[in-house]
Amino acid sequence: MGMKTDEKFIIKGKRLDGRKPDELRKIEMKVGVIPNANGSAQVSFGNTTAIAAVYGPRELFPKHLQNPDTAVLRCRYNMAPFSVDERASPGTSRRSVEISKVTRLALEPALFLRDYPETGVGVYIEVIEADGSTRVTGINAASLALADAGVPMKDLVVAVSGGKINDTLILDLCGREDNYSDADMPVAFMPRKKQITLLQMDGELTPKEIKEIIKNVLKAGQVIYEKQKKILKEKYEEVS
Amino acid sequence: MRSEYILRLLEKNERLDGRKLDEFRKIEIKTNFIKKAEGSARIKIGKTDVIVGIKTEISKPFPDMPNMGVLKTGAEFSPIASPDFESGPPGEDATELARVVDRGIRESESIDLEKLCLKEGEKAWEVFVDIHMINHDGNLIDASALAAIAALLKTQIPKIKDEKIIREDYEKKLPMLHKPITVTVGKVLGKLLIDPTKEEEEVLESKLTVAVMENNNICAMQKSGDSLSIEDIEKMIDLAITKTKELRKLL
Amino acid sequence: MMDKVRDIVIPGEDIGDTKTDRSGYGTFEEDGKIISKFVGILNKGNFLSVVPLSGVYIPRADDKVIGFVTDVEKFGWIVDINSPWQGFLSVAEGVDEFVDIKKTNISRFFDVGDMIYAKIVDTKRGDVQITMRDPIARKLKGGVTIKITPSKVPRLIGKEGSMINIIKEKTGTIIRVGQNGVVWISGENVDKAIKAIKTIEEKSHIIGLTDEITKLLSD
Repeated sequence: MGMKTDEKFIIKGKRLDGRKPDELRKIEMKVGVIPNANGSAQVSFGNTTAIAAVYGPRELFPKHLQNPDTAVLRCRYNMAPFSVDERASPGTSRRSVEISKVTRLALEPALFLRDYPETGVGVYIEVIEADGSTRVTGINAASLALADAGVPMKDLVVAVSGGKINDTLILDLCGREDNYSDADMPVAFMPRKKQITLLQMDGELTPKEIKEIIKNVLKAGQVIYEKQKKILKEKYEEVS
Repeated sequence: MRSEYILRLLEKNERLDGRKLDEFRKIEIKTNFIKKAEGSARIKIGKTDVIVGIKTEISKPFPDMPNMGVLKTGAEFSPIASPDFESGPPGEDATELARVVDRGIRESESIDLEKLCLKEGEKAWEVFVDIHMINHDGNLIDASALAAIAALLKTQIPKIKDEKIIREDYEKKLPMLHKPITVTVGKVLGKLLIDPTKEEEEVLESKLTVAVMENNNICAMQKSGDSLSIEDIEKMIDLAITKTKELRKLL
Repeated sequence: MMDKVRDIVIPGEDIGDTKTDRSGYGTFEEDGKIISKFVGILNKGNFLSVVPLSGVYIPRADDKVIGFVTDVEKFGWIVDINSPWQGFLSVAEGVDEFVDIKKTNISRFFDVGDMIYAKIVDTKRGDVQITMRDPIARKLKGGVTIKITPSKVPRLIGKEGSMINIIKEKTGTIIRVGQNGVVWISGENVDKAIKAIKTIEEKSHIIGLTDEITKLLSD
């Protein structure tokens, strides 16, 4: 976010890729893509693709990290070196460490971790294609993977990014929009009670704009939720 | 118990999934599906699932090869792929796999590195082959090598304008001279096994990975496990050459 | 052609009202509503419950499980019971005779790699006590083990053993099913039995499965 430009990103009410300001990119979702994992999912928003795997609840090592009252949730967000324009060195970066943390906090409130004391639940997210809004794509994939793994949940977690560009409020920022936006705001929430579990913002927005974006996010989130619900049930609807 | 059962079946030349000892599982190949990468491939061999992404960057050529492009191969045993994989820098298996796949590509001179030189001694294209495991069900080397070649064959070089790379605007295909194919042959109970699953790998006594060129010459080999006799090695090389012909047809 | 399936619900899905229903396994109550915790099959009995279609094994007292000895300690054995929590078999619960642990190397009774069919006694947090003091308990030798989703074990066993008995009869095998999702098979047509068991695992949510399995085994 923040690169300066005179470029127009919204022309006659349409964005560079032809979308309306509050329109989401094409969403694709699959569950059970990693046989070794307890649960897994692959989610794409346009050209941003994340694969999430859940291992656990399982024995937690090292033992001193075990908690007698609850399962310990660990989250790792990682970008594949080939997922971005300029190849990214493998390994963690400060950015991936921060995103791992906020992702964990986005998912934790939805889980009944206390049902599994002394254990650990590992959530691993790999971004294989990055065209903006990777952390929310990862969270959508992780939510599906957790449900697929049979980890008890209060609700699914749904996530989408909001922002502002050329004085227009938009949703689901692609890479270019992300780079040049006036503001970028990823949001995750539990749809049933509209509890927000991830909220970050950088840029400049009035409080009114923030409220407006949140409203738009909650509305778009319903579309994502319905897709998640469909894909989880679909696995059991047709058996060849 | 499970290993014992697998061995009992192998004694009768049988496998858990009903395959012949020298049979590959079902192979699925998808290429150029990652827009950000200059080339990409996703290979599934049975349940083993590997993605290879190719990135091209501009860098300085090696001082002892000033007129050639640079090839770098890396592998990540991502924790999503197996409960046995931990996050962190590549361990010995990931490092070995990357180096073995690299040798297959490098020693066969399959990429025309000379054509990747931009300014002798100063600038050249650097080709990054990054292997990313998605699900580990055995035979990661063969799957990775096949995905690497499949990706390289579809890789395109971006245009350069004012010393900057213009992504997603391509000038030409990556110049490829050869199509080396890698097959690993396992040995157990005096028998040779192709394409082991993760469980089958655990009972193998030794393995020989062989990279074969179109002219049936070998450009790289790697042995692991117990010792092998010369007869073993000759038989394994013969079998590898036969199987690489099968795989080459898929590309 | 699609088989008839039972009602599938997802986590967070509203399935009932505390005024008219009672919440059972796999559900929780919030604001007067009964909500599912899992992706699973909805059961509308005396209690509204959800049987998860995936998930790990949570040990319960009196469950019969198949485990693997992974460690020999001073006072007993550590047993892998296919669960996030380890099982522990004490010398007292494992051996009938008197054992002087100071003088005896207890690995002569159970050693690393041994497979046992045992019963869960107690599940205090983090410590799952198992016992061999039960008529069914024994060391299992030979055979093959496969794992299925623990919540599907009741489906595999069937009403009063109806499903598992069909498999045993038609394949001429001995099968021991652990509540922890580990299944041990020994005998003639192990492959056929494994195929049937895998089919049940895949289609546990389908109505009319018994007929399908009977047909599969008759071919």
